[in-house]
Amino acid sequence: MMRRTIVLYAGLVLLFVVVELALGAAFTTRLCVEAMAYALIALGLNVQWGYGGLFNFGVMGFLMIGGMAVTSVSAPLNIKFWNSDGPVLLLEALGAAAVGALIIIAAHRAGRIGIKGRWRTALKVVAWALAYVIYRSRIDPAATYIESHAGWMGGLGLPVLLGWAVGGLVSAAVAYVIGKICLGLRTDYLAIATIGIAEIIRALVKNMDWLTRGTLTVSPIPWPVPTPQFYQDAAGVGATTSFVYARLGYFAVAAVVVLVVLVMIEIAYRGPWGRMMRAIRDNHIAAESMGKDVKARQIEIFVFGSVLMGIGGAMLTSFAQIFDPAGYQPINHTFIVWVMVIVGGAGNNLGVLFGGMFIYTVWVLSEPLSQALFRAMSHWSLQFGWGAIPDIESRSLQMRVFVLGLVITLALRYAPKGLIPEVMRKHGPSRRGGSVMKGPTPEAGAAAPPK
Amino acid sequence: MNEFIFFVDKVLIAGAVLGSIYALSAIGVTLIFGILRFAHFAHGDMMTMGAFVAFILASLASAAGLHAGLPMGFLLLPFAMAITAGLALLIDKSFYAPLRARGAKPVTLLIASIGVTLMIQGLIRLFAGVQSRSFFETEPKTVYRIAVPFGGATRPIVITEPEVLMILATIVIVIALHLFLTRSRLGKAMRAMADNADLARVSGINTQLVVRVTWLIAGALACMGGTMLALDVSLKPDLAFNIVLPIFAAAIVGGLGQAYGAIAGGYLVGFAETLAVFNWSVLLQPLQRVLPASIQLPADLSIVPTEYKLTVAFVILIIVLLVRPTGIFKGAST
Repeated sequence: MMRRTIVLYAGLVLLFVVVELALGAAFTTRLCVEAMAYALIALGLNVQWGYGGLFNFGVMGFLMIGGMAVTSVSAPLNIKFWNSDGPVLLLEALGAAAVGALIIIAAHRAGRIGIKGRWRTALKVVAWALAYVIYRSRIDPAATYIESHAGWMGGLGLPVLLGWAVGGLVSAAVAYVIGKICLGLRTDYLAIATIGIAEIIRALVKNMDWLTRGTLTVSPIPWPVPTPQFYQDAAGVGATTSFVYARLGYFAVAAVVVLVVLVMIEIAYRGPWGRMMRAIRDNHIAAESMGKDVKARQIEIFVFGSVLMGIGGAMLTSFAQIFDPAGYQPINHTFIVWVMVIVGGAGNNLGVLFGGMFIYTVWVLSEPLSQALFRAMSHWSLQFGWGAIPDIESRSLQMRVFVLGLVITLALRYAPKGLIPEVMRKHGPSRRGGSVMKGPTPEAGAAAPPK
Repeated sequence: MNEFIFFVDKVLIAGAVLGSIYALSAIGVTLIFGILRFAHFAHGDMMTMGAFVAFILASLASAAGLHAGLPMGFLLLPFAMAITAGLALLIDKSFYAPLRARGAKPVTLLIASIGVTLMIQGLIRLFAGVQSRSFFETEPKTVYRIAVPFGGATRPIVITEPEVLMILATIVIVIALHLFLTRSRLGKAMRAMADNADLARVSGINTQLVVRVTWLIAGALACMGGTMLALDVSLKPDLAFNIVLPIFAAAIVGGLGQAYGAIAGGYLVGFAETLAVFNWSVLLQPLQRVLPASIQLPADLSIVPTEYKLTVAFVILIIVLLVRPTGIFKGAST
């Protein structure tokens, strides 16, 4: 296993070197940064799916939340908004939301004053409807006012790294709510519910122009490190070199984040917490009978994984320097992350890290490669007198969607455990297979006696 | 009265059309779930694929100079359905059957179906490009304007030919499916297998045959739903991928595995979407004459803004999953 890991990583480095030679350093450094961000997102999904067996098909939603958060935190202040009545109106809307929340909570607690059964259900429905109406009656005029007077709320002008952290925190909050609602569901229902929630988030972010500027997009979003412009102005280097320097700086920050995360989740995986999570993943009924609070643990791991996705999404957005809600697609932002985890090896962090960087590289490279292929084919069909292939650019882009689908199906069929599979360590007195522990630890997941 | 006609157009007809599409496709999803126990995510793209098959057949027919009173895409639908059913069987043989043989979990099959979705999408766009096409380039799209003779209405009720055909065809299919499931040997075997696959196998039901028939029916219905949708709007590569979630919502609302539930769920989700984005202010306008001038009705009284139309289905889906996960018709729970 160790040898295979080393060979695969060496191959990855070689691949980057080949790309560098073929397509230049500026392209390669961009690829490296984005691959790092995707690796972080894939690690987040690995925590959810690989550690905890949770089916999250709403990765896109968390990437959008992360991107939105970093935009709101780090974009410059919009003076026009702060000088208008916008903040007051928004506060009013916030108040209305709070009132609505109180009504809903009150209705849910109605059981305590003896309202039971159908009446309680009816009361809940009325409460939700009432809360919705109250909130809409305040937020709609506020949104219209802000959009017509100031365009959008603007950012807060705070440091970018804080924005990444906020992206993680907001993702955590949203994941907590989703987890509370959905984690009791069976796996395939959970998959569909999370896809649905991601679509709701996309619809909201796309249409809440007052908050996110919607399809008008926000740019430029600052970087945590000096941008190419800085190198050109201050150091006077050429355009291409400045891109390489700046992107290398960004890459260093991203790599440090990924490294810290990797070490942390690997420690968690090896520790009692990780054993407990695997116990829940492999047999949640047995784990529950051993006294583990399965739902609370699952919410915990769902939140934890989502934080990584939020930070990764924030990283991608600030690197692109533009927040465009219309640019988020399930294929590019959810399914590809699943391919990374499956191909890399669910449950194995090094495998997923490899899968993340490798699949993203393949995804990016497949565009020029398939264009070249199509050009060759077009040339060939011209010589046969069949005419050239029309719209090579847009068609070859679609080729990679096909390739992605083929990779998923092939991986599931021929390497269902991934390229670097999870190592199943056997604990206890048996000396066969894997490393041997000194003896059962008190908190050792399913092996522990119920408290 | 014109307000009422607006309501009929925007809610009743639009809801029936949308509901028919959802119902046709949700039947396939729910049958596959009942028999094979996995959420077949590629169903949306199977619909698009079916629509493209129908489009190719219709283009070939009109290139050959054929013309008829009905849209060519509709007339050739049986052939397109047969071809798509064959393709569905082929997809199962090459991608799902090997995984099933290995005893893979339903979750693995769900992920595989996403892979299939991407492959179909990629192939369609590779060959057909991304532009949208119309079935009515060579023939006119008939629009019926039904004048309402009473109540002083000045606007007619508008419904197009594909919409009428779609609603009629859905009724026919539903009746045919009902007869198949309740009267034929194979249909009963299907219901038995959906209830308990092991029991069905030991009582001598040919489960392989049932699986094949399920794919044939699902593929044929997907083709029909996709073609009908393409006839109503236009043929785009992302035609049905965008509505795969409302379709799942319909199937889950009706209870996964329940064919009748899927029909009910389809219409429920369809009408819920049109009712939610309908501007109720229009219907209440006559009240304005009665009310004192100091009370002005707001101009926009829709329950959700139009741009959130698709989220209505998701919200229904999530509420149903939380309140009654088995769906209104008590579907499969394992």
